[in-house]
Amino acid sequence: MINYDDIISQKAKEMRPSGIRKFFDLVAEMPECISLGVGEPDFETPWDIRDAAIHSLEKGKTKYTANAGLKELRIEITNWLKRKYDLDYEYNQVMVSVGGSEAIDLALRALLEEGDEVIIPEPCYVSYDPITTLTGGVPVYIETKEENDFRVTAQEIAEVISDKTKAIVLSYPNNPTGAVLRHEDLQEISNLLKDKNIIVISDEIYSELTYGIKHESIAGFEGMKDKTILINGFSKSFSMTGWRLGYAVGPQEIIDIMIKIHQSCIMAAPTTSQYAAIVALKDCDDDIEYMRKQYNLRREYCVRKLNEMGLHTFEPRGAFYVFPNITSSNMSSDEFAEALLNEKHVAIVPGSAFGKSGEGFCRISYAYSLEHLREAMKRIKEFLEENRR
Amino acid sequence: MDDMKVLDLLANDPRASITDLADILGESEEDVKNSISELEKNKIICGYHTVINWDKTNSDHIDAMIGVSAKPERGAGYDKIAERIARFPEVSSLSLMSGTSEFMVSINAKTMREVADFVGEKLAPIDGVISTVTMFVLKKYKVNGVLIDIEKEKDDRQLISA
Repeated sequence: MINYDDIISQKAKEMRPSGIRKFFDLVAEMPECISLGVGEPDFETPWDIRDAAIHSLEKGKTKYTANAGLKELRIEITNWLKRKYDLDYEYNQVMVSVGGSEAIDLALRALLEEGDEVIIPEPCYVSYDPITTLTGGVPVYIETKEENDFRVTAQEIAEVISDKTKAIVLSYPNNPTGAVLRHEDLQEISNLLKDKNIIVISDEIYSELTYGIKHESIAGFEGMKDKTILINGFSKSFSMTGWRLGYAVGPQEIIDIMIKIHQSCIMAAPTTSQYAAIVALKDCDDDIEYMRKQYNLRREYCVRKLNEMGLHTFEPRGAFYVFPNITSSNMSSDEFAEALLNEKHVAIVPGSAFGKSGEGFCRISYAYSLEHLREAMKRIKEFLEENRR
Repeated sequence: MDDMKVLDLLANDPRASITDLADILGESEEDVKNSISELEKNKIICGYHTVINWDKTNSDHIDAMIGVSAKPERGAGYDKIAERIARFPEVSSLSLMSGTSEFMVSINAKTMREVADFVGEKLAPIDGVISTVTMFVLKKYKVNGVLIDIEKEKDDRQLISA
């Protein structure tokens, strides 16, 4: 008999499981429920993009691409970053990855040695922490606050920087809160970091989904380009989650190491997706604009409804989530989400799944039709009224 | 109130009620009603149409598109002749075009014969009409942005994802 407990790596065993896993299992037993739990767009990938993929298959473009990705795609990525965010990169500073997720993994693996600290503002996407610990790094959390609209501040960062700090993850627009960093926030953070030996891993996957504010990358601030690994991708902006395509741009030295790791573990990102992505970057501004408009209507609707029913909800300026404060229910976020699921068959994700400071909140995704959202909001209102008695 | 939002919502769902729109936009029903009346009055909203696939019914139905070459009138350009064509109830849409013929006329009729009669007895004799080219519609795939008879995929996303 083999003792798997001895066989399996201690670090892998200790890696934090995705916070949504437990809730995922609960919801799986109620497939008829109304879900507000997804982290992906409801729109189909724009047809032009799908058509480009089909065309590439017809032409027999079915082989590996270069490890770093198709040169044409890498060039289009630099053009796009210039056009959208006024960033200047050479195409060989771009590496194409399997979703933004792989780029996050590569960035942390390229940087971390045993004991290196990574500053992670929470609540945040669920993968930064487990990848950090798997790589031997030590996560150092900052609990962002509701009164700051869940923005991390330069002062909060300054308080946790130590001589072991190797990197900081900035994930804005933020999942799960919908928070964004304003120009002045980025300026202050840049002022703090520009003379330090700390790399910013800037996960900007929701960069095209902002409302009433234009996204800016920290890489565009003075002194920050050499210190920033910018991660972005096609999943959210272009509604291409299933295509698994993202990218990282940054200092040549770091990108080269990331490509070296990528060579060994992935080889190259999916070829069909890369051909499709070229069209996404070149021809799909109107599609993005259409989707953003739809999201914005839903966002305004959800924020208003939730506030009206007594769940204080700050107005998020990015992504497609709202993050209501549920403490007025006298329940923990786990209890709230579970009771709402059992009593009203509405699935939302407890804020605690995204880190300790998410406690007291729940994540509601509005990547659904208005009809779907209206039914869900009606049920949440009933739930609150019934539980108030 | 943001009229563009009202238009967006109605473009997606012309059947949305005043109550629905007021709820979604967070405005009073009174305000929504006024806004829509204003949009209708100013001919920004010009109608609310139902897309019907007549092929699936037992009724006789045939659509045709007719390219019409015409001569403009002094002082009125193409507007007068366009109005004469547009007033026929058979005509479902009419546009002035660039290209080989001046107008494109869409007509809905019951039989091919009816189309032929319309062209021969009503359209071609109009003063200023020089010639017509009639094209019968064999099958429709998309009408006013709606895919005909092509099923939309259902939402197959995972119920919960990060």
